[in-house]
Amino acid sequence: MPRPDPPLAGGAQRTLCLALIGTGAGLFSGLFGVGGGTVIVPLLVLWLGYGTREATGTSLGAIVLIALAAMLTQGAYGKVHFGAGLQVGVPAVAGVLAGTAFQQRVDPRWVSLLFAALMVVVAITLLIP
Amino acid sequence: MSAGALIVGFAAGVVAGMLGVGGGILFVPALVLFLNLPQVDAEATSLLAIIPVALVGAANQNRYGNLRLREAILLGLLAVPGAIGGVAIVNAIPERLTEVLFALLMLFVAFQMARRALIPEHQEDPL
Repeated sequence: MPRPDPPLAGGAQRTLCLALIGTGAGLFSGLFGVGGGTVIVPLLVLWLGYGTREATGTSLGAIVLIALAAMLTQGAYGKVHFGAGLQVGVPAVAGVLAGTAFQQRVDPRWVSLLFAALMVVVAITLLIP
Repeated sequence: MSAGALIVGFAAGVVAGMLGVGGGILFVPALVLFLNLPQVDAEATSLLAIIPVALVGAANQNRYGNLRLREAILLGLLAVPGAIGGVAIVNAIPERLTEVLFALLMLFVAFQMARRALIPEHQEDPL
């Protein structure tokens, strides 16, 4: 069951925070083809007092809508390749089930480190023309 | 079919579930390197792959009591103008610039993750 939202003390301010986080995440999503979770998760923790797992869960929920909006807009530019999307997306659905289950019982720091190392390698590959 | 795309796709899903992200930071390079899509096409296609991943991940986190549904929906809806703006920008600027910016984003995220992983006070943080 979803946890009840915290009481909206200063509801307008809270909504403004969500709007700022959303705008940043949306721009990231559209510009880079990502979900925006790297923006959302830390800011939910720092600005709105979310627990880490709650922030990651809520981020995934928001990403559904953000990626949908960005994907439909890219679709209008004719840039979306369905077959290629299936090739990475289908195994990823299996992966996310494993990842969320794993997150409940494992210190994620070592995964963060491995992930960071992988990204450095890929970034260098992309930078070399 | 590309075995590399399948493997990195699975890894992107694991990362998405662990860290609460969409997995795009791995989808995009996988689509560029293994399936030979141009950068912007890879980004667009990554967004398509993210949708089922985030949906399944959010549903699973909901079972664990980690989804604040009302604020997730509010956040997602408030992000729509930014998302549309970002797509318009990326389709207007040179593709090589987008590649370089994406690589810099990856390096920045890698730095953040390594830093948080190595600082003991941040043991709880997955990012």
